[in-house]
Order: sequence, then structure tokens, then C-alpha cells
Amino acid sequence: MRLGRWLRVFGRFWWEFIVGDTPEVAAGVALIVLAGWLLARTAQTAAVVAVPLAIIALLVASLLRGLRAG
Amino acid sequence: MTGTVLVALAVFGASAVEMVEALTIVMASGFTRGWRSALEGSAVAVLCLAVLVAALGPALIHYVPLNVLRLVVGSLLLVLGLQWLRKAVLRASGYKAKHDEDAIYRREVDRLKGVSRSGSGRDATGFVISFKGVFLEGMEVVMIVLTLGLSSGQLGLATVSAGAAVLVVGAVGVVVARQLSEVPENAMKMGVGLMLVTFGTFWGGEGAGLRWPGADLALPGLLVLYGVTTWALVSLLTRSRRQLGIAEAA
Repeated sequence: MRLGRWLRVFGRFWWEFIVGDTPEVAAGVALIVLAGWLLARTAQTAAVVAVPLAIIALLVASLLRGLRAG
Repeated sequence: MTGTVLVALAVFGASAVEMVEALTIVMASGFTRGWRSALEGSAVAVLCLAVLVAALGPALIHYVPLNVLRLVVGSLLLVLGLQWLRKAVLRASGYKAKHDEDAIYRREVDRLKGVSRSGSGRDATGFVISFKGVFLEGMEVVMIVLTLGLSSGQLGLATVSAGAAVLVVGAVGVVVARQLSEVPENAMKMGVGLMLVTFGTFWGGEGAGLRWPGADLALPGLLVLYGVTTWALVSLLTRSRRQLGIAEAA
């Protein structure tokens, strides 16, 4: 019983920490890392350029979402 | 060398920002409930955080392969860094109210004054409030110390940098007393956010199999790229807010 409660609190802490009120950031980072991993196997130079640009695009998208939310 | 300096700066900056927030709570508790309980609560929290780093750090180094560690750590740093940077850009451009430590301090003092004391010895409320403040703010510091320290192979340096930040912020807190609003918290948060995103990109990329040109020298390059982008975004958003006639958030 106590273990279940502890696990819920632990899980909620990590959820708030990683996802919180910016789920688009967590999902976007997961997608970028996965795409970077796939791209690094076929086109190393393209991956080195694309990953930082994708991160900038994610920041812009998250800012726009923040502005819309007010 | 570049990486080492940036790791030390990033951990120091992140710890300083979090400790300013914790200090506000500790000072509110100290002034209203007594310093003994407030300082004891803070010391026990710092001890718990140090135990967490000492227990988790070596275990992670020993059992998790470096590439996996860098992939996970890089992703965590990216998430954390982008969250900090997003908030800092919105605050700097006036779309979001700045973190007002003085207002938080006043709110905490009002709240704590309303709680009655139990007995004449150690004040349990003051102890718990200080402990929670330092421990919860410090958890983010622990994450940053572990992630940056483990990925760079410099856990000791990261721990010392965090410890130095705690001491510096504590000393500044004693000197400036309640004027915590003087600390340029948003600028610090933006700087640290930039460094976390830089390290997150670098190590997350390495973990995913990317080979950065110039190895460690790619770090300052990424920092400049993100720094210029952030500056452009703040300028653009500030200008658009003024053109739309939206008042600065307070």
C-alpha cells in the first residue's frame, strides 16, 4: 500500500519534471533524438546540421504555443 | 578544456538560480519562525541531496554504458534546457511576468505568521518549510549535477561547482538580506538554459551516433548558434508585443 503510494508520487514527480506544462518539448525532443539516430546512420553531415536546426524549430514552436496559451 | 569550463559554469549557474529560489523560502522561514529551525532544515536537505549524488553517481557510471547514458542524459538536458529557455524568452520579451522573489518572500512570511508555534523548542513548521524549499529546488540541481557530471566524466567538478554556488548564494543572501529581487534571475536562467540546450544537443547527438566536427570545439559553436537565436527571438517578440500594444506582464 505504502509502496504503491510512493511509486505514484515518484511517477508524478518525473512526469511533472519532464512533461509538466510543455508536453510538446518532451515529445519534440524524443522525436529529434530518434530522427538524429536514424539520420546519423545514413547521412552524418546532414544529421549534424539538422539536429540543432530541429531544436531551434522546437523552441520556436513551443514559444508560439506559450503565446497562444497566454 | 572548453567543455570543462562550460560544465563548471552551467552547474554553477543552474545551482545559483535554484538556490536563490530556495533562499527566499529559508529567509522567510528564518525571519518568522526562528533561524535555528530554518538553518537546520536547510542543512538536512543539503545533506540528503549530497547523499543522492554520492549514491546515484557512481552506480550510474558503473552499470550504464556511456553511449546510453549520453543519449538519456542529453535528452533530459534538452528537455530541461528548452523549458528554462522558453520561460526566460517569454519573461525577457514581457509576455510573462518576471519571477518576483520579493513578492514570494512576502507571501511566505504572511503564510508562516499565521501558523501557531508548538512549544518553545525547535519549530517544526520552520524546519519542514526550509527542508522542503531546499530539497525540492535542489532536486533539479541534483539532476543537472548528475547529468552534466556523468556525461563529461567530471562528476567531482560538477559537485564542487554546485557546492560553490550554494555557498556564494548563501553568503550573498546574508549580505543583501531580503533584497533578493536584485539578483538578475531571468538573465541567469537564460544563460543556464542556453548551456543546458548546448550540452543536451552535444551529448544527445553523440549518444545517437553523431560525430560533431571538431569534437569539443563544437560546444562553443552550438552555444553561439543558440545564443544568437535566443537574442533574435527576444528582440522579435518584444517588438511584436509593442506593435500590438500589449502591456508588459507584471
